[in-house]
Amino acid sequence: MSAVLPTVKSAEVGAQRIVFGVMVAFFLIGPALGMYPVFLMKVMCFALFAAAFNLLIGFVGLLSFGHAMFLGTAGYVCAHAAKVWGFTPELAIVAGAAAAGLLGLIAGLLAIRRQGIYFAMITLALAQMIFFFCLQAPFTGGEDGIQAVPRGKLLGVLDLSDVWNMYGTVLIIFLAGFLLIYRTVHSPFGQVLKAIRENEPRATSLGYNTNRYKLMAFVLSATLSGVAGATNALVFQLAALNSVHWSMSGEVVLMNLVGGLGTIFGPVVGAFVVLAMENYLATLGFWVTIVQGAIFVLCVLAFRRGIIGELGRLIRKPL
Amino acid sequence: MVFRKLALAASVAMAMATAAHAQISDGVIKIGVMNDQSSLYADISGPGGVVAAKMAVEDFGAAKKGMKVEIISADHQNKPEVGSSIARQWYDVDKVDVILDVPTSSVALAVNQVTREKHKLFLVSGAATSDLTGKACSPNTIHWTYDTWMLAHGTGSAIVGTGKKTWFFLTADYAFGHALERDTSEVVKAAGGTVLGAVRHPLNAQDFSSFLLQAQTSKAQVIGLANAGGDTINSIKQASEFGIVKGGQSLAGMLVFISDIHALGLPTAQGLIFTETFYWDRNDASRAFAKRFAPQYKGNMPTMVQAGIYSSVLHYLKAVEATKTDDGDKVAAKMKEMPTDDPLFGKGRVRADGRKIHDAYLVEVKKPSESKGPWDYYKVLATIPAEKAFRPESEGGCELVAKK
Repeated sequence: MSAVLPTVKSAEVGAQRIVFGVMVAFFLIGPALGMYPVFLMKVMCFALFAAAFNLLIGFVGLLSFGHAMFLGTAGYVCAHAAKVWGFTPELAIVAGAAAAGLLGLIAGLLAIRRQGIYFAMITLALAQMIFFFCLQAPFTGGEDGIQAVPRGKLLGVLDLSDVWNMYGTVLIIFLAGFLLIYRTVHSPFGQVLKAIRENEPRATSLGYNTNRYKLMAFVLSATLSGVAGATNALVFQLAALNSVHWSMSGEVVLMNLVGGLGTIFGPVVGAFVVLAMENYLATLGFWVTIVQGAIFVLCVLAFRRGIIGELGRLIRKPL
Repeated sequence: MVFRKLALAASVAMAMATAAHAQISDGVIKIGVMNDQSSLYADISGPGGVVAAKMAVEDFGAAKKGMKVEIISADHQNKPEVGSSIARQWYDVDKVDVILDVPTSSVALAVNQVTREKHKLFLVSGAATSDLTGKACSPNTIHWTYDTWMLAHGTGSAIVGTGKKTWFFLTADYAFGHALERDTSEVVKAAGGTVLGAVRHPLNAQDFSSFLLQAQTSKAQVIGLANAGGDTINSIKQASEFGIVKGGQSLAGMLVFISDIHALGLPTAQGLIFTETFYWDRNDASRAFAKRFAPQYKGNMPTMVQAGIYSSVLHYLKAVEATKTDDGDKVAAKMKEMPTDDPLFGKGRVRADGRKIHDAYLVEVKKPSESKGPWDYYKVLATIPAEKAFRPESEGGCELVAKK
């Protein structure tokens, strides 16, 4: 798991810059290459979600098994704000992210007191409670979800019902979130997180209040997941139960395993691969879940570092 | 001035040219069947829905009439986002003209929205929510086979009509279950029955024993199952273990399909009462259809959802033939204007709110001793006439009706 050493050298940064450029170029010219823009928007939302999740598992070593609660809660709050309260899209996304952040603070305060399987179980239990809440609360629409959410006008001027305006907005949100995570990982704060991942007692003995760092990372991850969930709700104009279901928490783990845990670009590649399977196998009529399961097993058995992790090892640079 | 006249002439000429053409977009009528093909709802339509659509195209004689019809399908995995993105992609990229089926209410509502935006057509067979012709109704959506209102009212009033007046509900504890319980209770009371009580069980429960015990001790004549899918199956199985039906109480299912009965088997499911709009063994036409359908779909008899797909495709193609276009708005209007008539559902019509109406049947599952062979499952207890089977247009709150 600790294949990536947390030292920043200029050559490595160079390699990462190139990959970053490739990624941006991909999302810029993807639609022109015949990829469906709505699909790419979904990929970007889930790439941000997976990257936020990776911030915890990959860089702090905390396996949360309830991240769907942040994605879903933010989606519901954003959809409700945009549809019922008439918020503009940017405010609706902020409201969704804030709700996820707040939930992250509460969940984090409880969960970071334990480690390993106990941490995972606490987050899973909390996520199940949120699922139950979303199923029962009157404003979520139960089984039907919140449908027909208006995309509205960004800052009151840019009409998001135009697919390209929406695409640009999602791209900017995704890149901003991605760069924030990149910056966090390479900041002194990120170094402390990695120290906690490698050896928590030693980090404590060096004088760091590890719980506070873990909580900050947790809240940051929850908030960014919320941004992803809220944006996703606007893209699809709906918020529904499957985004808070535990299987969504599983899917984000799958994305990270396929792409590469603890790598910068792994979650993005993983999200793309998993969603592409979901999307393109659907129209081919395959049994999507079975193929997904097989790929999951293949990944864990054959290339445990994930696509980007293995690639990084090949060129001997962390990506 | 001259330029303006020329432009006018040119635009008139162009308009005439396109009007003269048969306006089938890119020459192909493309039908997209979207449903659950691998998970819990795969049996009620799934790949069988595609078979039914293909049969309808053949029976219509599209090839002979020079109409090119293509059918594609996709698995929405019961996720509204997946369904919504497939629908968008189908309409935008793949030039799909009409989407069929779509079980799971949340997915159907999402597709309903996309279809309306893109001015295409959505023929719902698999989804249950009556919101599709109520609050969320759209000029581009026609709800074909059944809905929650019809199930609750059909089963509720018809059973009270057979003399079983006291009810107890086993309700899934979320919005869908509550709505079913509320609707059915109202009908039962209106028909002169009484509701003795209800017990709520969590969604996807495994153990129904304590709930069934309460239902049993209530001494109600009918135990109404206001739940769906796996919950219904599990409660029926465990009710059979408790000997509830043998003890003289009846089980009434709200959302049950013939594929569920097939999976449960007659010894377990016997005595269950519920409403369907199609039964393969009802008349010669339905038997003939089922006989052709079964070999193409692993020997399974068609469910009402699959029959609904067949019927809706037939009517759709008739409307396309009549209007000479596959434009969603125009075909939808034509489908509402023309009366429906097909071998499976008989004569009927499509109302302004998008509700297709036809007779419904209250059925009881046979005892193993009464069944003459595989798939001989139902006794038809009562026929509910079309005009009474579905929610009156004025009560749905659909904006399309209010405008009239």
